[in-house]
Amino acid sequence: MPIIIDKLNYVYSPGTAYEKHALKDINLVINDGEFIGLIGHTGSGKSTLTQHLNGLMKATGGTIYYNGQDIYDKEFNMKWLRSKVGLVFQYPEHQLFETTVYKDVCFGPKNLGLDQLEVDVRTYEAIKLVGLSDDLLDASPFELSGGQKRRVAIAGVLAMKPEVLILDEPTAGLDPKGRDEILDQIAKLHKESNLTIILVSHSMEDVAKYADKLIVMNKGSVAFNDTPHGVFAYYKELEAMGLAAPQVTYVMNELKLRGIPVNTTANTVEEARDEILKYMRRS
Amino acid sequence: MGMIKARNLIFEYIRRDEEGNVESINRAIDDVDLEVNKGDFVAILGHNGSGKSTMAKHINAILIPTEGSVWVNGMDTKDEDVMWDIRQTAGMVFQNPDNQIIATVVEEDVGFGAENLGVPTEEIWERVEESLKAVGMLEYRKHSPNKLSGGQKQRVAIAGIMAMKPQCIVLDEPTAMLDPVGRKEVIKTVKELNEKEKVTVLLITHYMEEVIHADKVIVMDQGKVVMQGTPREIFSRVEELKQYRLDVPQVTELAYELKKSGLDIPVGILTTEELVEAVLRLSK
Repeated sequence: MPIIIDKLNYVYSPGTAYEKHALKDINLVINDGEFIGLIGHTGSGKSTLTQHLNGLMKATGGTIYYNGQDIYDKEFNMKWLRSKVGLVFQYPEHQLFETTVYKDVCFGPKNLGLDQLEVDVRTYEAIKLVGLSDDLLDASPFELSGGQKRRVAIAGVLAMKPEVLILDEPTAGLDPKGRDEILDQIAKLHKESNLTIILVSHSMEDVAKYADKLIVMNKGSVAFNDTPHGVFAYYKELEAMGLAAPQVTYVMNELKLRGIPVNTTANTVEEARDEILKYMRRS
Repeated sequence: MGMIKARNLIFEYIRRDEEGNVESINRAIDDVDLEVNKGDFVAILGHNGSGKSTMAKHINAILIPTEGSVWVNGMDTKDEDVMWDIRQTAGMVFQNPDNQIIATVVEEDVGFGAENLGVPTEEIWERVEESLKAVGMLEYRKHSPNKLSGGQKQRVAIAGIMAMKPQCIVLDEPTAMLDPVGRKEVIKTVKELNEKEKVTVLLITHYMEEVIHADKVIVMDQGKVVMQGTPREIFSRVEELKQYRLDVPQVTELAYELKKSGLDIPVGILTTEELVEAVLRLSK
């Protein structure tokens, strides 16, 4: 069942000098199994929106339907929602606190009140899903590399068996290889476990490569909700919103402007290469 | 004249147990020689854990070499008597703007460092104005830093360092937490400081496209300097960079892919403009 966001509004500190309308009439449908890239400038409302999706923040207007149920309904089980919509915060390694990787990952499922066997099974599964090797189970999470720590943090959320996984800038501060490894792992999870993924990112190159759909936030509103090709065609509008298009999109647009009849929708290196080669072979 | 010089620099993180016995030794920098000239813009690349940040912390004497030496503007960082002179010569900007801002008004935040150096009040205000102008944030001087965007906060942090009149600025992943426009703002500001104010810049980053304007790029791996050269020289060696867990700018990668597919495109393309020109030349 899709998540339906219906006229969602959120106002910080209403009635004070600090009043800020952070979310304005957001209407969105997030379908099962989608891989969504959520982009927007700093302060555009991305994080506020994601925190509404698992009930960490309560809207000041409008509502969200999860599995057809209004999450603000008195009967609705918020705790259940939080186990279904997993949220991996920015720099999640700052939230690691246990003495071993194993203990850290099983913290979540343990608190769901599951029996020990189920906790163990879920923990092993989650560690495997994020591509960590077994011999790290007893290591202190603080001895791991940046990329490994992030995997541990993601495993902790996966062990709750969510249906939706929201990741807030999971690659910030990682080196290029570490970035690719984490994103490839997330793409694999998406494909194999049919998880719905919402990836918050400042890297246009990354969302172009991995997401099927982009939601662009601007000043608390949804500015675009379309495929990457559809969104990056508006690169000038995106720039006005503090964003950009992938570098190769600029190459294609510039070529077209200079009289080379290429299709400008290429957003990845592979697409751009194929399009240029196609043109070269024609001429 | 060299601004920063390192000779046979070795740094080891030594972990001890409760009784003070050595538990483990991790050599983060392994026999590095480095030379940065006054007015240079040098970028350091390297994967997480390659030793970049450890290197950076040696330049304003936050860390002292285990072996070998580092000189900043001729001053040995091991000499405690000149520690404060070194810190005034080389300022540091870190990754997270929120951890570097302490005051409630922009201009007070920018003046904080200079004030602690004992600069007379009147001169502090002059410096604050100059620095805010240099980073393009003068109109925000009376604002609260909390209300600024990430890129603006980072520029305020840079202004705070500038107000201390350093000859050298070391930036450790200053754009890691910023959106695309914020990233551009910060890199443009750093470039201008280097060109107009002649400040020596040492930039550590994971964004390959940010280093294409540097005079020199240094690549670190396992505590050693493994590659050194102009951006064009470095980014011509795509496969080698990938071995070091790094990457090239997206246009460089596209140019490389086109060349591999048989097109006659020069190696080491760095900008959109260069690639467009190369393709246009071929299509004539």
